[in-house]
Formats: sequence, structure tokens, C-alpha cells
Amino acid sequence: MAITLAAPDSAVPGAPLPARLSTPQVWGIVMIVPYLLVFLAFVVYPVGYGFWLARQPSNYVALFHDPIFARAAVNTLIFLVVGINLKMLIALFLSGFFVQSRSWIKWLSVIFILPWAVPSIPTILSVRFMLNPEWGMVNQLIFKFTGDDGPNWLNDPTVALSMAIGVHIWKSLPFWTLILMTGRLAISQDLFEAAEVDGASWWQKFRYITWPSMLPLYLTCTLLSMIWTLGDFNSVYLLTGGGPADLTHVLSTLGIRYLRLDQLNLAMASIVCAMPLVLPLVYFMMKRLSR
Amino acid sequence: MKLPALRLPTWREAGHEARLLLIGIPVLIWTLVPIYHMFVFAISPKEDAFSGKLWPTHPTLHNFEIVFYQQHYFLRDFWVQLGNSTVIAASVGALTLFIATAAAFAISRLRVPGGRMVLNLALFTYFIPAAFLAVPMYRTMGNYGLLNTSWALILAMVTIASPYAIWVLKQASDKLPVELDEAAVMDGATSLQIFRLVYVPLMMPSLVAIGTYAVLLAWNEYLYAFLLLSNDRDITLPVALGNFLAADDSPWELLMTTGFIYALPPAAIYYAFRRYMVGGLTAGAVKS
Repeated sequence: MAITLAAPDSAVPGAPLPARLSTPQVWGIVMIVPYLLVFLAFVVYPVGYGFWLARQPSNYVALFHDPIFARAAVNTLIFLVVGINLKMLIALFLSGFFVQSRSWIKWLSVIFILPWAVPSIPTILSVRFMLNPEWGMVNQLIFKFTGDDGPNWLNDPTVALSMAIGVHIWKSLPFWTLILMTGRLAISQDLFEAAEVDGASWWQKFRYITWPSMLPLYLTCTLLSMIWTLGDFNSVYLLTGGGPADLTHVLSTLGIRYLRLDQLNLAMASIVCAMPLVLPLVYFMMKRLSR
Repeated sequence: MKLPALRLPTWREAGHEARLLLIGIPVLIWTLVPIYHMFVFAISPKEDAFSGKLWPTHPTLHNFEIVFYQQHYFLRDFWVQLGNSTVIAASVGALTLFIATAAAFAISRLRVPGGRMVLNLALFTYFIPAAFLAVPMYRTMGNYGLLNTSWALILAMVTIASPYAIWVLKQASDKLPVELDEAAVMDGATSLQIFRLVYVPLMMPSLVAIGTYAVLLAWNEYLYAFLLLSNDRDITLPVALGNFLAADDSPWELLMTTGFIYALPPAAIYYAFRRYMVGGLTAGAVKS
């Protein structure tokens, strides 16, 4: 059964297959079939069906006339450009901090990983309440020290989006710092010792040793982070819910918004609109990783 | 006899140390504030929680009692939902391990025809953001008649977890020497025997890392859970937490308590398997 299913996959169509294939290869086909089934049923079919739903040009006309879509597209770009660069620069900086050999820094790095290790829902909701204008801890502290009422954080689209970016950075910073740390540790220590002998400054060591060695890794991380940030639904949805007045949506939350409004065609169309950005990134990442 | 002189740090060293602290302290505060805030809420009575205190005047475990005895409208199915989360996470872990290990073995060791292409397809799926796949996945599960069953979420999470799992396991198994398989074949071992007696035992560290990855992914998932499940007794804990927000007067201290309980197992699992996770996952995540 399994063998006939996988038959089109083989290089020699039409031939009596089991005769041409060695026993290990037959076993190989049997063992790869479970994944192929999952892939066909839950990736190929949904994606094909989704594109079919989004096929009509009228969907895109409707989408481009929706001011929320335009706003979401701009928000997505801001989220990507600001969020990723800020995050990767901080991660690069902190990776240099965490490779220092001090026992207290070892302990700090264990704590530092917490945001990545705990689920995002409770922590994002915690931030959400912290920013509550009346009862939140932030505004109560502001009131205590200045006597003034703090801002209504999540009611201003710019501030709310910045907070969502902050939450995103909080959540994913540990992971990228860890990755960049492995990059830093891979640099030969001899280079630094030689530079030390030559009297190189801290900046020169970074500029001429660390940065050139880490550049390929840094770029890969930035691109990968870009793809994942595009799909970051939680940071925006759980913090602002897309509000106020649907002004802080990004493409990943917008699709879900249309879905909840039962406008499935628009939901798919908005996702298709993200593809020109996603597919080149995916192509580049695949090239890099399958070398 | 000369005593070793007690050396005081030079100004330069002290300055360096101070600079490190100047970085370390903000990093510690930044990392802990949302988690600490959640914890303070969990041990605060309602009045204290809403007064923005840094530490409650009367810390209490009463909130935990309310959660464990399900004494609130929002919490009436707490144990069922905790159970759902557990069953779904465990099933996703087991299924992903089964599917991905078999596929990685077939691609890497048995050199199955078309294996390279399957790997590329898997990698492609891995790079498509899950939030974009959610919309068509929702419709698909509806078409299959799986909506509002645990299977919908389990299969969706296996779909999302297995590409990365296959890729990491394939990388790891490429490192095992070919001579092992050749020797086993000489001794007359079948492919299945090699898989069971040679491959799986040698791959154990990677398998632990991938199993943990899949379990945590499923346990932490919010978006798919909230799209695919809706009945109060079917949903997982994160969806229940999200539902707290539906009311205007949400009991935030109970929400934070439940969230705290929900966040403990993944944190514990992460720290227990940290050795495997850091080695297995970061090595695979970005190949430079």
C-alpha cells in the first residue's frame, strides 16, 4: 500500500518498482510516507485551497480599498525594520557581554533565557496589565514619583505599536543572543591575542576581527528573524488586539481578523500579498541552509 | 617565607567590572519585570493587585486555591483544560518524533529516492510563517470535519513541528559514520533492525532535544489552538487565558495565577533539558 502511494516519487516510472529497488530503499519509502501524507494533507491541500480562494482579482481590489489593510502593511514594515534591527543590534552587543567569563554572568545568562522558555500568553498579558492606564504598575509608579497621570499607553497607535515591538524583542532577544554567542565563541582566540600584542583598541578588535567573522551569521539571523517576525501574531494580538480602532494590525493579525469576520477570501488575499516579501526570503534561506 | 601579596584591582579592572555591572543590572530588570509582575499578581489579594504595589502588603496563596478548586466562572474547567494541554502536547511530541525520526532515517541512512526533495519541501514549510498557514489550515480542518477536536490541533502542530525536526535529525544523522550501517548489514541486520538497535540509541540526545521542542511548541501554541478549538471543555489552557479578556471586569489576579501555573511546566522542562536543547537546537537553527 505504502509503496504504491510513493511510486510517483521514484525515478523509474512504469517499471515493476519493487524489483528495481533494493530492500533498504523500499523500507526508506515506507518510512518517509508518514511525513509525505502529513505534508500532502496539511500543507499542499490547504495552501492550494487557499490560493484558489484568493484567485479572484476583486478580492485584491476590495483589500486595497480597505484602509485597515494599508495601515497594516505600513505597520508590518515598521515592525520589521525597527524591531529586527533593534533586536539584532542588542543581541550582538549582549552576546559580547555574555561571553565574558564571570560566574555572575553565567548565572545571569541562565535567567536571561526565561522569556524564551516561558509561553508568551501569560507574559504578554502581564505586560498588557502593567500598561493599563488606571491600575497598571507603570502608571502608578509614574504617579507616585511625579504626581502626574502617565500616558494611556495602548490607546495611542504609535505607542501601542512600539510596545508590541518591545514585547516582541523581549520574547525573542534571548534566542538570538544565544545564537550570536555561539558565533562569537567560534572565533579563534589567537586572533585577539595577536591584536592585543599589536596594541589594538576595543573598537579595532571588534571592527577588524569580530564583525567580519560574524557578518555571515549575523545576516542569516537577520533574514531568518525577518521571516519569523512577519509571522509574529502573539505580540500584537495579545497586547493591543489590533486596536485602538484597528490601527495597530500587522499582516499576520489582519488575516485572522478577516477570518473572524468571516471574510475568508480577504484573509487569504492579505496573506498572498505578503508572499512577495516572504518567498524571496525563504528562497534565500533555503539556498543558505542546504549548501 | 613570603606571603602572596593581596592584589587590589587596578583602576582599569575596576572600571571594566563596573561597566559590566552597568549592562548586567538593566538586563536583569528588563528580563524579569513581566515575569515578576505576573508572580506578584498571583500572590496578591484583589485589592493589592490593582493598587500597583511592588510587593503585596498581605501576600497570599488564596488565588492558587481558587484556581485549583475551580471557584470562578472563568476557571470552571481548569483541570480539563490543563489535561487537554498535556494530552495534546504529549501526542504532538510522540507523533513528531515518530514521523521525523523515520523520515530522517530514510533520507540520511537509507538514501531513499527523492529524499533530497522531501527535505527541501520540509525546509520550505519550516520557513513559511505559521500565522500565514493558519487561515487555510482552519478551512482545511473544517473540510476534513476535524474542527473542534483535539486531532485538529495535534495534526496542525505536527505539521508545523516536523519540518524542523526532520531537518535537525537529518543533520545529526549525517554525522554518524557510514561504517556503522555497513557493519550491521554485514552481520545480516535488516533496515528495521539498524533503525531500532543502532540508529535510535545513537541519536538519543537529538531525539530528546526534538521531542522537547515539539512538546513545548504544542504546549505554548495559542493561535492554532484558539482557531481550531472552541468548546470550553475542548480548549487548551492558553485559549482559556485569552478568553479571560472577553469580560470587562476580568479577574486579572486569577488570570495571572493561572498563567503562572501554565508557564511553570515549560520553564521546568526547558531547564531540565537545557543541555540537550542548547546543543541540539542552536546548532541546527542557524548553520553559518
